[in-house]
Amino acid sequence: MTAVLAARGLRKTYAVAGSGSLLARMLNRRPPSQLVAVDRVDLEIRPGEAVGLVGESGCGKSTLARLVSRLIAPDDGEILLDGAPIHGIEPNRFARSPLRRRIQMVFQDPTESLNPRFSVREAIADPVRLLMPDGGRKAIDARVEKAAAQVGLSPDLFPRYPHQLSGGQKARVGIARAMAVEPALLVLDEPTSALDVSVQALVLKLLVRLRREAGVAQLFVSHDLNVVRLLCDRIVVMYLGQVVEEGPAEEVFRHPRHPYTRALLSAIPRLPGTPKPPPERLPGEPRSPIDPDPMACRFYGRCPRQEDFCAVRPPALAELSPGHRARCHLPVAVEAAGAEVAP
Amino acid sequence: MGDRLALARYILAENPINLVALLLFLAFVGCAVLGPSLVPYDPIATDTAVALQPPSAAHWFGTDQLGRDVFSRVVVATRLDLVIAFAAVLLSLAVGAVIGATIGYFGGALDTSVSRVVDVLMAFPLFVLAMAMVAALGNSVSSVVYATAVINLPFYIRLARAEVSVRKGLGYVEAARVGGSGHARILRVILLPNILPPLVVQASLNLGWAVLNAAGLSFIGLGVRAPTPEWGIMVAEGAQFIVSGRWWLAFFPGLALMLAVFSFNLLGDGLRDIVDPRSRT
Amino acid sequence: MSAVPLLAVDDLTVSFRTRTGAVKALEHVSFSVGRGEMIGIVGESGSGKSVTAFALMGLLDAAARVTSGRADFEGRDLLKLRQGELNELRGRDLSIVFQNPRTALNPIRAVGTQIADVIARHDPGSAAKIRARTLAALQAVRIPDPERRARAYPFELSGGMCQRIGIAMALACRPRLLIADEPTTGLDVTTQAVVMDLFRDAVRAGGASAILITHDLALASEYCDRIVVMHAGHVVETAPTAELFRHPRHPYTAKLLGSVPSAVETIDDLAPIDGSLPDLRRADLPVCRFAERCERRRPVCDTAPLLPEPCGPDHLVSCRVPL
Repeated sequence: MTAVLAARGLRKTYAVAGSGSLLARMLNRRPPSQLVAVDRVDLEIRPGEAVGLVGESGCGKSTLARLVSRLIAPDDGEILLDGAPIHGIEPNRFARSPLRRRIQMVFQDPTESLNPRFSVREAIADPVRLLMPDGGRKAIDARVEKAAAQVGLSPDLFPRYPHQLSGGQKARVGIARAMAVEPALLVLDEPTSALDVSVQALVLKLLVRLRREAGVAQLFVSHDLNVVRLLCDRIVVMYLGQVVEEGPAEEVFRHPRHPYTRALLSAIPRLPGTPKPPPERLPGEPRSPIDPDPMACRFYGRCPRQEDFCAVRPPALAELSPGHRARCHLPVAVEAAGAEVAP
Repeated sequence: MGDRLALARYILAENPINLVALLLFLAFVGCAVLGPSLVPYDPIATDTAVALQPPSAAHWFGTDQLGRDVFSRVVVATRLDLVIAFAAVLLSLAVGAVIGATIGYFGGALDTSVSRVVDVLMAFPLFVLAMAMVAALGNSVSSVVYATAVINLPFYIRLARAEVSVRKGLGYVEAARVGGSGHARILRVILLPNILPPLVVQASLNLGWAVLNAAGLSFIGLGVRAPTPEWGIMVAEGAQFIVSGRWWLAFFPGLALMLAVFSFNLLGDGLRDIVDPRSRT
Repeated sequence: MSAVPLLAVDDLTVSFRTRTGAVKALEHVSFSVGRGEMIGIVGESGSGKSVTAFALMGLLDAAARVTSGRADFEGRDLLKLRQGELNELRGRDLSIVFQNPRTALNPIRAVGTQIADVIARHDPGSAAKIRARTLAALQAVRIPDPERRARAYPFELSGGMCQRIGIAMALACRPRLLIADEPTTGLDVTTQAVVMDLFRDAVRAGGASAILITHDLALASEYCDRIVVMHAGHVVETAPTAELFRHPRHPYTAKLLGSVPSAVETIDDLAPIDGSLPDLRRADLPVCRFAERCERRRPVCDTAPLLPEPCGPDHLVSCRVPL
């Protein structure tokens, strides 16, 4: 079965403003420093699958999400949508091509992601009008109503404007808008982090229902590992622009192989009575993503298991068990990743 | 919309000055629209027999050196001054918004080059620039409008650029991109309508200044010429008579000018309070 | 608990005047903090937990009215203090760590200077002594290379570092009670763990008590000895941590435990809470503010007053039909 989306070797860097003297830059002596946001990442999403993309701020997950949804262009690498290459199309042209509707996005802050001058109906109808215009006004209205029903949005709310909606209602409009064009892949950028606790549960269940009913694949970008644990089949862990671990969600949670994943999981607060891994605190801060040393493991300097050779030989992503890969010279052994119950 | 009206009512009630400003504004607009058909005397008809009469029952604001009724002239001048001000501000707003939004959205070399041109424009003493333009374009109402619009342009360009810069990274702009909108559509349908409220508020605050500018130009003899009734001309002509004690020729047009600017500025403040809640206390 | 608590809040009621009516933000809020203990005040946004903290610190908005209640802290009622007494107390015996570390710090002063300001205000001394205490405060929050970092400005530091500075400022004068209002918002989970660990260690080392305000139940359960659950301006349940999670008595607490991702096994176990918070401006608010969302509601729920009743070891619940 072809993957809905297959990305290989994606790379995105940003020149750091003001670095390097003007004269040197003009003479092309010293190129400006590069901030490596995404460093040769492979990502594959199969139809109907939910993949969680996790990592902390600065790891490149948001940039990767925007590369995959073609809001920005990669510097290198390829992106295949249903097998057809889309990485070469300039973002503005992609926006107006018929391929645009296959990948849709739900944004983090529902308040910010709704145009204050569009009513609910207009907000949902706008992409339909642009991306699925055939059938005329009636067909567009039918699609809007169907999408609203899918997310549980009452038609009474159609004439309302964003400032007249609650947080949960706004979140639903954002999802309806994305689902109205019947995409194959939905990219969700921290869809619940700006929501109240009580609304989060509703939205999460809605997203699962949409996947089961409409069969849409989902890429969840989140820093909340609990959300990813509940919703995703597979999980991809990123650190400083690289994938450091990926595998089936349950397995990565129970037996993390990369030391960073282990530290990440142990940092999540647990309720009493739930299994709790031994605490592992990472010292210091992540290294700078600007001009990274290509010969060292990015996690060197904070890693509790590091050895000297980790600084001179970069580890590659290696398959440790079926479907489960980690980028580490000294991955954690399965038995060592034990758990004790929290008091 | 309903809650905007309620808010407007609240703001008018909270600060009585807003109500005064609104009434004054409506009075001026009324004068502009209906004045010329309701004034007691023909504003340009001369009658030297009654020249330089102080205010009386027959002539509420007195008469000028050619026997023209000052009251009628002040009222009729309202239309001209307001039309010039509104036209200039609208023109400035429309052109400035489009230019500013475009450079704010695309950034880069386009932004840098246009911004430097704007900087150069703003480095000139603006009134002198207006004078130069009117002198070059010839004395007419339209050249006053164009001159006022041009010297006001940099302000709107900068404001539109700033407002677009703030909004272009917001979720709903990205959502529009994902929803099939290209750059042109985003600018036209998504961004421009959203930046219009703060721009309109600034425009209303600008109106007073535009009236002063037009009056100033005609005060020094550029733009509108006598015998057309216009506040600036009337003040200029009346200034020479103050020394001899005939204060009413310059006083009443000056008062009208002052009240007009005053009411426009206050109205602009009130509008801003309604439109932009953050700047409200 | 026979020892005299450090802080005893009793029947605290606060309302806010707004253009659209009076918001009854807090009603009959009561809880206590023992010596050397850390309690967690847990609730959704709008539950009144931050208002409680600000009321104790005297930081409420001008539109707020404290219409009843006491907050006994070391023999004095915090709510009745005059401005001068409050200024003496704040920063020295009672301090607070705010939610957003970047906005809580003055952007144009070096962080070391800001800590020194707090010390100088309450404990004036020679410049050398203040400097030494500033460095000690930075070391207490485990900031590496404190001499150099003291000269840094907030924009040069990461979010986690800024929050450590905030904690250092709050601890600088060895307070008896430290309030932390959602101190880990916006921080990565690994940074959150580090910051919370050192918060707990620093509080314990100083023999102080603390109030942790958070919406994250799991976070509260990991660091707090006792938990106070709030809903729509009411305290609905208080209990020691293990007891609360083992035997939740209030229907809201139980539902909360079923609606957060950290508490459930699979997505199908996730059960959102019906309804939404009542509008606190309403004149006809029910006696129990959770009643309209509760399927256990009975006529007795509408009879006033609704007082906390004991229902287990050191366990109080405000419910007529507890679980």
